[in-house]
Amino acid sequence: MRRTARETEETARTLTRRTLMLGGAMTAMVAILGVRMRYLQVDQADQFKLLAEENRINIRLIPPERGLIQDRNGKIIAGNEQNYRVVITREAAGDAELVLRRLAGVIPMTPEELERAIEEVNALRAFVPVTVAERLSWEDFSKVALNAPALPGIVPEVGLSRRYPLDRDFAHVVGYVGPVSDKDLEGLAEPDPLLRIPKFQIGKIGVEKWMEDTLRGKAGTKRIEVNSAGRVMRELERQEGDPGTDIRLTIDADVQNFAQARLGEESAAAVVMDVTTGDLVCIASSPSFDPNLFVRGISHTDYNALMENDHRPLANKTVSGAYPPGSTFKMVTALAALEAGVATPDTRVRCPGFIEFGGRRFHCWKRGGHGTVSLERSLSESCDVYYYDIAQKVGIDKIAEMGRRLGLGQRFDIPMSAITEGIMPNKQWKLERHKADWRIGDTINASIGQGYVLSSPLQLAVMTARLASGRAVSPRLVRMVNDQELPVPEAPPLDIPADHLAAVRQGMYEVVNGDTGTAKSSRIVDPTLIMAGKTGTSQVRNISAAEREAGVISNEDLPWNRRDHALFVGYAPYDAPRYAIAVVVEHGGGGSTAAAPIARDILLRALSDGLPPLEAYPSSQRGRIESMLNELPLRDPVTGMTPVRTRA
Amino acid sequence: MSFLEYRLKQAPTGLRKVLYMNWPLVVLVTAVASVGFLMLYSIAGGDLDEWARPQMERFGVGMVLMFIVAMVPIWFWRNMAGVAYLVAFILLLIVEFFGDVGMGAQRWIDLGFIRLQPSEMMKFTLVMILAAYYDWLDPKLVSRPLYVLIPVLLTVAPTVLVLMQPNLGTSILLLLAGAAIMFAAGVSLWYFGAVLALVVSVVVGVFTLRGTPWQFLHDYQYTRIDTFLNPGADPLGAGYNIIQAQIALGSGGWSGKGFMQGTQSRLNFLPEKHTDFIFTTLAEEFGFIGAFSLLTLYALIIGFCLVAALQNRDRFSSLLILGVAANFFFYIAVNLSMVMGMAPVVGVPLPLLSYGGSAMLVLLVGFGLVQSAHVHRPR
Repeated sequence: MRRTARETEETARTLTRRTLMLGGAMTAMVAILGVRMRYLQVDQADQFKLLAEENRINIRLIPPERGLIQDRNGKIIAGNEQNYRVVITREAAGDAELVLRRLAGVIPMTPEELERAIEEVNALRAFVPVTVAERLSWEDFSKVALNAPALPGIVPEVGLSRRYPLDRDFAHVVGYVGPVSDKDLEGLAEPDPLLRIPKFQIGKIGVEKWMEDTLRGKAGTKRIEVNSAGRVMRELERQEGDPGTDIRLTIDADVQNFAQARLGEESAAAVVMDVTTGDLVCIASSPSFDPNLFVRGISHTDYNALMENDHRPLANKTVSGAYPPGSTFKMVTALAALEAGVATPDTRVRCPGFIEFGGRRFHCWKRGGHGTVSLERSLSESCDVYYYDIAQKVGIDKIAEMGRRLGLGQRFDIPMSAITEGIMPNKQWKLERHKADWRIGDTINASIGQGYVLSSPLQLAVMTARLASGRAVSPRLVRMVNDQELPVPEAPPLDIPADHLAAVRQGMYEVVNGDTGTAKSSRIVDPTLIMAGKTGTSQVRNISAAEREAGVISNEDLPWNRRDHALFVGYAPYDAPRYAIAVVVEHGGGGSTAAAPIARDILLRALSDGLPPLEAYPSSQRGRIESMLNELPLRDPVTGMTPVRTRA
Repeated sequence: MSFLEYRLKQAPTGLRKVLYMNWPLVVLVTAVASVGFLMLYSIAGGDLDEWARPQMERFGVGMVLMFIVAMVPIWFWRNMAGVAYLVAFILLLIVEFFGDVGMGAQRWIDLGFIRLQPSEMMKFTLVMILAAYYDWLDPKLVSRPLYVLIPVLLTVAPTVLVLMQPNLGTSILLLLAGAAIMFAAGVSLWYFGAVLALVVSVVVGVFTLRGTPWQFLHDYQYTRIDTFLNPGADPLGAGYNIIQAQIALGSGGWSGKGFMQGTQSRLNFLPEKHTDFIFTTLAEEFGFIGAFSLLTLYALIIGFCLVAALQNRDRFSSLLILGVAANFFFYIAVNLSMVMGMAPVVGVPLPLLSYGGSAMLVLLVGFGLVQSAHVHRPR
């Protein structure tokens, strides 16, 4: 395209004008940059020089001290101990790998630990301190401090770590802490910055987990100045965090220790509950394990040993174990029948050793039968036919309703892990769960706590406490938070007529104290500490008609895991009940022989200040009891050590 | 036939062209690049091989390229503008769909011996095509909407592709360079006023739509803006770069801590200290005097370019020189604003100083075009 000279002239002028405008704008911008430069480097120089003088500023979180967990009297169950550890900062170390390899020559470190430390150090930002070794002995710790010049970037530190001085006694209740895992962080919208600290420990199970928020506390921060070698020169500013809140449980550590020792190596559980407040005084599950192993990081060997043990040491049987309650359930059936009016305390039923419904024969445990049985005798001698008879008259729904009222088939809200709801079946439940109609045989089985009925030792203890107090007490595990007593909620009345309760209690009295009671050998003779209770022996296998003909095989002749569960529930003192107890010994055989003696010893321990008083036992048993008590591996009150006893 | 070609006889030929080059510009560019080598040597802790030597090699290659480009007559480049733009645009499309992913963004094509960044190529091809466009267009028509739309599309299309990579820094630079040439070409100021108003409303929109499904920017881009507005909020996280950069800058003071004495860079407190944040090391070690001197060198380079543009009576040449100068200027302005805490952190290197091959080569090719326009200017 051709343009006239004049047009070109004009275009050129526009271009020049615009170019000059652009140039002017650019000059202005350069001037602004220059002014800003002057402001930062001349006017503000002193302030920035201060910040950068020799080094730089570092902000670190101060982990708060975790709250203590104490027993009801202030004895420490979970505390914090000094932990000597070694921390490395990559940017200060220069060649972090070399420094770590050198460190491995100073303190004991396995090759795997070394590799893991190197990996971790390289994965994080250069200025983040990483813990490479923990729980050093004072000797190793001093060695690191001595070799500091050869280990740039390595800082020996003293921190706190969790310790459970009563180790296995509280493993199931209190649980343990462990390093934060990715799984722990999942589902947290805005995790506490503390959780990002490498190896920060949080509660994994039990009270440690369920009361994590109370126990953890708030992080503090400190600004520190670090010189060019990475050494901390001084602390500039410190903002203290809030330490975690202390918690006192309702449990008495001494009773707990006694119970744990008394259960011994049995696969068993014992729960002691205050019948008025609901305080759990002891909640023992055996065998147990040492939670300190988990805090340190448990070895594969130890873990596999725990996993492979058929007595399941990791399971908390007190709240997670669901067992057929067996005859300990009979009070529920009895109260349901009394309330429905199909039986009175004086109702009598003839027991020929079996009963027939719809062409099926249901057997009493006693082959020849009990003859004519009253409510009182049905409990004290544990006649099954009596309950078959009244149960089919009442129907399952009313029995289930009574069971629920007494605390079965429901989950209590205490800060422990894996609490089972158990099963308190009714018609509706079977329809939903098994898509089948309820049958009369189901009611018969349920009437003596077999069949579908399942309950945990905790639920059985609650049931017994409610029977003893006549009130709907609920279990309570935490007594104080931050030294403040938590209010004890007043338990509402059960709405069961007093004469019904009295009749059942009378039966329970006879179980232990009557001449024909199933637990008469476990009686307490001290008139102020009289115990009432109920034995239970629940089958874990079917007894065939053929076997019944030939005579039921005795427990001793069966393999361990086919034997009956032994149960006992009871309370004392009879006149003014204080504690209720439930004991379950898995595959222990009969409730009267395996569970009742344990329950008596633990109850007596809870009711007295020291060991169970020998005078409370029938004189014929005292010698045997005394040597048994002496043999118990109880924790030494002074040293806190548990004697190691090997069986002769 | 255009204005230039019938004056061909007066253009220098052969090696004599070298004498007609804009030598002050060559010297200034070399000086700035040398400051860069010095800083890279210092940041590596006195190690020549880590960054300084590769950078010098690239500069050498770049200078050779610059001379070659300078020797080729400017009208050849003008005639090539369309082709060059098209090639760069197609390469941009290719990286968008097949490119390697680096640092979370698709940015380059790996040719084996060099990683080609089409977004960098686009920086000078866009300048070329716009200059050629306005050279061709009747000056009376520049402010007609249709003829405004064409350069806008030429600018916006590659900008959008680069933004999708995502590379916010480069897309801003492309947009600003396009706008600068349109401004110089004489497009009515009303258009610029309207765009400015639009930008303001978009900025408002960006913030009001944040957190809704229609948000404009990536979360990390929002984080950068937040960090810029309040770096103290997260001193160990996103604000770390800015705080450490300012400590380095400010602590340099009037005369600096001395060559290789910068503690901030020594102790690795400075992030990306050899690339985008290289200026902080310079400012820390040579203080306000050093930093201001560098700024002056940059201003001189731009100044010489502007003078060359004003001297040149060929419209294509003038616009081309202006475009290259504006591009260079925006690089500096965005980078320095960023490290001095006046703008959010966007990935823009400091021209001729920051470590990096593509950017260096592209800049020197750009200066080669400026030289070509200067050598072959109508006399």
